[in-house]
Amino acid sequence: MPDPKAALAGHPFFSGIDPSIGETLAECAHEVSFPAGRFLAREGEPASGFLLLECGTVALELHRPGRMPIVLETLHEGELVGTSWVIPPYRWSCDVRALDPIRAIAVDARCLRGKSEFDPKLGYELLKRFLPLFVQRLEAVRLQLLDVYGETPT
Amino acid sequence: MRSPDPFVPSLFRVDRVWRESADTVTLGLLPIQGEIPAFRSGQFFMLYAFGIGEIPVSVSGLWGQGPLLHTVRAVGPVSQALCRLRPGDTLGVRGPYGSPWPLPQAEGGDLLLIAGGLGLAPLRSALLPALAERERYGRIALLYGARSPADLLFGEERGDWSSRGDLQVEVTVDHASPAWRGSVGVVPARISHTRFAPERAHAFVCGPEVMMRYSAAALLGAGVPPARIFLSLERNMKCAFAVCGRCQFGPTFVCRDGPVFSYDRIARLLSIREL
Repeated sequence: MPDPKAALAGHPFFSGIDPSIGETLAECAHEVSFPAGRFLAREGEPASGFLLLECGTVALELHRPGRMPIVLETLHEGELVGTSWVIPPYRWSCDVRALDPIRAIAVDARCLRGKSEFDPKLGYELLKRFLPLFVQRLEAVRLQLLDVYGETPT
Repeated sequence: MRSPDPFVPSLFRVDRVWRESADTVTLGLLPIQGEIPAFRSGQFFMLYAFGIGEIPVSVSGLWGQGPLLHTVRAVGPVSQALCRLRPGDTLGVRGPYGSPWPLPQAEGGDLLLIAGGLGLAPLRSALLPALAERERYGRIALLYGARSPADLLFGEERGDWSSRGDLQVEVTVDHASPAWRGSVGVVPARISHTRFAPERAHAFVCGPEVMMRYSAAALLGAGVPPARIFLSLERNMKCAFAVCGRCQFGPTFVCRDGPVFSYDRIARLLSIREL
């Protein structure tokens, strides 16, 4: 089993992280793998953590009664899956399905929140890394909502 | 034979029609008389559907290789009429006009082509010569976004591009069902997943203006200098040679000084709401 600390430090999301913070994070992390087709999370379920994708692609999906689910976004190697663990009531806002065999680092949210309460440096580091992610994803959603490809370039 | 009056189009015949998607076709055009005028990748022609009107359409092919290629989406009366053309039909063509993609300037470094929707057509005219002279460039990447899988253009050819070992192709759509096996998300978000050296890269971007602004911001964030980011702008071009003023864009005319502009030249203008 790979060392979670080394795996965390090597993941783009935690690139350049202070080694002491990386060590604390690693205490909440472990390696996981899933086969293609497996649901990693379901809408409404408790969001017990997040995944740092090392290999494979997942789809974030919304199910609709009597119709095919709609794919909101796909996330790929090097990306982070799961932000619902940050904000109460800590529940997944969509389904997460593995499109390929997945290898990832799973980080336990309860463990991380607990450590952050007593370690402001850790909490601030997480804030600095998650806030840009929230902004990037918000901007991407805005762009999707605009349906810009309805226009015609020259 | 070209008319001495710059407003008078030359007569062309539709040689071939390729259906790209439900509302988009590529027209292969040949002149009734004379040769296809020399043009460069990124330039545009005015296509005239008789009795209906004229619109600017960028070339989607190469000069000297078969017919003049234009990819048209049926969105207005003129483009709808153009999309109804069949082999043997005639139309008016004048041009070429405007500035080309600066391919020679990009030689020696990495090249990113970032397309949104129909914007892949003008960028195809840059990609093909770059692939034909592959040794002149470092890494080449094509990032292409569309509304849905059904709207993706040049399907067969994209398959060939994806199978090349010397071209990174990233295709993403805004919306999809689970049957789609590719990426879902917006094009600018794919820039951070692209392999290139920003300090020696050029980026050519074509698509809806909002998508181009977001892409330019992502490129700047990745470290690409603004003078090496090129956007192909769309404005209401009518005369195509800077007389009518319909496409005035600050101190420039998009038809004459564009449509391809470097980002450092137009970044300030793009922020002016009235333009």
